Order: sequence, then C-alpha cells, then structure tokens
Amino acid sequence: MDPINAGDTAWLLIASALVLVMTPALGFFYGGMVRRKNILSTLNLSFIMIALISVQWVLYGYSLSFGTDIGGLIGGLNFAGLSGVGAVPSVYAPTVPHLAFAAFQMMFAIITPALITGAFVERVRFKSFLVFSLLWATLVYDPVCHWVWGSDGILGRIGALDFAGGTVVHITAGFSALAFALVIGPRKGFGAASFEPSSIPYSVLGAGLLWMGWFGFNGGSALAADGLAVHAVVTTNTAAAAAGLVWMALSWLDNKPSVLGIVTGAVVGLVAITPGAGFVTPLASLIIGGVAAAISYYAIKVIKGRNIVDESLDVFACHGLGGLWGALATGLFATTSVNPAGADGLFYGNPAQFLIQLGAAAAGVVFSFVVTYVVAKVLGWTMGLRVAPHEEEVGLDISEHGERAYA
Amino acid sequence: MTKKIEAIIREEKLNDVKEALRKLGIVGLNVSEVRGHGRQGGITLTGRTGTYQVDLLPKTQINIVLSDHNLEKTIDVIRRSASTGQEGDGIIFIYPVDDVVRIRTGERGREALHYEGDIDSRS
Repeated sequence: MDPINAGDTAWLLIASALVLVMTPALGFFYGGMVRRKNILSTLNLSFIMIALISVQWVLYGYSLSFGTDIGGLIGGLNFAGLSGVGAVPSVYAPTVPHLAFAAFQMMFAIITPALITGAFVERVRFKSFLVFSLLWATLVYDPVCHWVWGSDGILGRIGALDFAGGTVVHITAGFSALAFALVIGPRKGFGAASFEPSSIPYSVLGAGLLWMGWFGFNGGSALAADGLAVHAVVTTNTAAAAAGLVWMALSWLDNKPSVLGIVTGAVVGLVAITPGAGFVTPLASLIIGGVAAAISYYAIKVIKGRNIVDESLDVFACHGLGGLWGALATGLFATTSVNPAGADGLFYGNPAQFLIQLGAAAAGVVFSFVVTYVVAKVLGWTMGLRVAPHEEEVGLDISEHGERAYA
Repeated sequence: MTKKIEAIIREEKLNDVKEALRKLGIVGLNVSEVRGHGRQGGITLTGRTGTYQVDLLPKTQINIVLSDHNLEKTIDVIRRSASTGQEGDGIIFIYPVDDVVRIRTGERGREALHYEGDIDSRS
C-alpha cells in the first residue's frame, strides 16, 4: 500500500504556502513601523530571506537540521543538496513525501532570521546583514532546529515539547535580536526624537496576514490533515484573540486603545501559543495568549520607557519573551488528552515536564544570544554593521538601494 | 494695494473656512499641507505601549491674495470659521504683494486678480 496520504500531503503543501507568505507579511508588519525613508529597506530585509535561506536550505541547511544525527547536536551532510530527499516519506512525517516535509521546514528557516531584522532596522548595512543572516542560519538556526526536531536531537531526546517552534523560531530570533541590538547600538537620535511609524495600515495588513499564515505554521506542524491539525489551528486562533484583547485593554488603561497595539498583541499571542498549539487545550491557549500580551506589553514599556536598548521593533519583547513564556507554559498546560504523543505538564501532575521545558528554553536562550553576539561583534570589526551617519540620515532606501518608496 | 493672507489652520477646519470664504466672495485661493507647531507645542499619540510626542503636526495653509480694503473682513471670516477656542487654532500672516501676473493673459496687478463675482471685483 502506498504510505503517502493525499490529504496530508495537500495540507502540508498549502501550509507551506501559508508560512511562506508570513515572511513578506512580516516585512509589512515591520515596514509600517519604521520611518518612511526606510520602508523599502525594511520590507526587503524580510523578503530577501526567502531567496537567501531557500538556497542555503537546499544546499546544506536542511541536512544540518534534519540529516543523520551527530552527537545530538547537528545533522550530517547526507541530505546536502536535498539528495535522497524525494517522494518517499521520512521518519519525520510518515504519510507525506520527504520533500514536502523539507519544503515546509524551509519556510520556518526563512522566517526566523527575518524576525530578527526588527532589531536593527533603519541603520544596518545591507551587505553585512546578508553575511550575518547566512551565518546565523548556519550557526544558530540549523543546530537548534536539530536539537529540538532532528532525529535524535538532544532536546528532543530529553522530551522537550515544541510543537511549531517556540524555542526553534521565537526564542532564537528574540534573544538574537537583543544581542544584535546591543552590538549595533541605537539609531541616530534614539531617545531624543520620537520615531513615528510611517504606515500603521501596513502593520495592520502584515499582522492580519501573519495571523492567517500562522494557521499553516502551527496547523501544518501536525504534519497531517487530522484532528491535531484542527486543534492547533483553534488554539492558535484563540491565543491570538485573547492576546489582542488584553493588549487593547492595557493600552486603553494607559491612554487609548492603540491599533498598532492591538495587532501587536495578536502577533504576541500567536508567538506564545506556537510551542504548545498541539499540546494544550483551547482554554489553556486563552490563558497563554492573554498572559503573553501582558508580559510583552510591560517589557516594552520598561525597555522603551527607559531607553535601555534600541531594540527597534521589540523583537525581544514580543518573540523572545513571548516564545519563552510559551515554552514554559507548555510545561504547565500540556496534556496527553490533547495529544497522546506529547506529555502532561505541571498542572496535569508532571512537574518534570516543566523542568524539561525550562532547560530546553534556557539552552536556546543562551546559545542564540552568545553566538549572535559573537558573530555580530566579528562582523562589526571586519565589515562594519552600520551605514555611515549621513547615510542613516538620508535613509536606507536611498543610501543602500538607490530607490524610494513613494515618488 | 494688494495683500497676501497666509492662514495656517487646523486640518479639520478647512471645509468650514473654505465655505465661509466662498460666502464672503473669495473666488481664488490655494491650499497646501504644512507641518509645524506654535504655542501648542505638539500632540501626544498612542504608541504600541503608552504614548509618545509628535512636535510637528499637520496643518493646512490657505493662501489668498486680495485688495487692501477687503483684508479685515476676510481675516474676521477666517478667524470665526477656523476657531475652536483651543490652543492650536493656528495663525494668520499678512504680506504686501509687489505684483501679480496672470499666466494666460499676461494681465498685471489688480487686473490679474479680477474674477467674476469675486469680492475684489464688486467694489
């Protein structure tokens, strides 16, 4: 009997397309928040990741992530060039062609470095950014992806639960964003002038498309068109909804219900439910999303309010802390009644799972922060991370690309 | 003598002011969008979290060129129609105009400002 299930394969292909669109959607989400002289540059920082990481993934990225395990830390080169990755299913997804799994995973590898770009918009040198992203995908994403999802990866082996990338995607991106922002330094005028978002409608559009794409991100991570996929879509939607409402309320208490705040809240809810989407109940997803919004909201208030670091578009607060909370919350709320292949969390009588989640998240935090910090420092010394001050004043659209967004 | 009125008003008051000027008999005017601040200083906008200050706010500038003797009543009309009583209502600058040239006909001075039904043509 043919092991390939047409429904599963079709869903995974559609989910791949949904996750692909999230990267330009992220570009719009971020692009709307920068000044108008940097919109094209910001859109491009996301868009170019589709091109750059697609090539990296095919050549060796997939293999480092999912190739034959070496010491639990990294995959071998047996899938380099996607050799041997074809129509025959793999151990990762037994009812779809191996290539469909590789393509789906490629979209995650693409969007993760794009998430980091919010930390250094409006000042990063494009050439250095390309080199950084390639190094980051190779030195941070591929290893951590292997630890968590690769066959025999070390974090998967100890039982860490990460349904769709709380640690692999959001913790790595969020803590790397913080490290990079510390190295590159603030934008010119940071703390003195207020940087007004040039197009909040772009951010609303981007957030809406992200929300939709996330159905593929989390629902597709079931790797089958089954009840678990449906469950993940519902928890995903619920967490985003709760987080959007909580953010609205907090913003209202402070002043007025900010639209940019509401859509940011929704994104934070999506981040936080990512690791637990296929392990927790819809009611738990309500709590996970709502708490995530409060954590990120007050984190931004502290970081931005005191001008501690110009982590420009709050990647750390939204993805780093949202992802960290989500990973830990999975250790609290996970239940085998939702997913027998998962585990019970602390609230279901298994405190060990919480400790496992804590350990796995901590590994992701420390590794991604340290490696990113070192890579950014080295690139700063060798190539320079920033454009010249006058180029920054003119804006990166003109100085880096010779184009302007609006004639 | 010819004068130029440069009235910087609230964006949202443009329609009221335009309508009041039309009733007064001002036929020719032009409008531009400007940004700036006066005593009002700026405005507070809602951010992702909390608020932030914007010091240059969008304003609308109305330019009118007219004869001396119509100046005061026009200023009155602009003041009345643009006012809310709050800070940020705007300001009016008045300049002498050396000459006026109408591009199509080459007419100069008062002739160039002659519009049918205009306040300047009535008197």
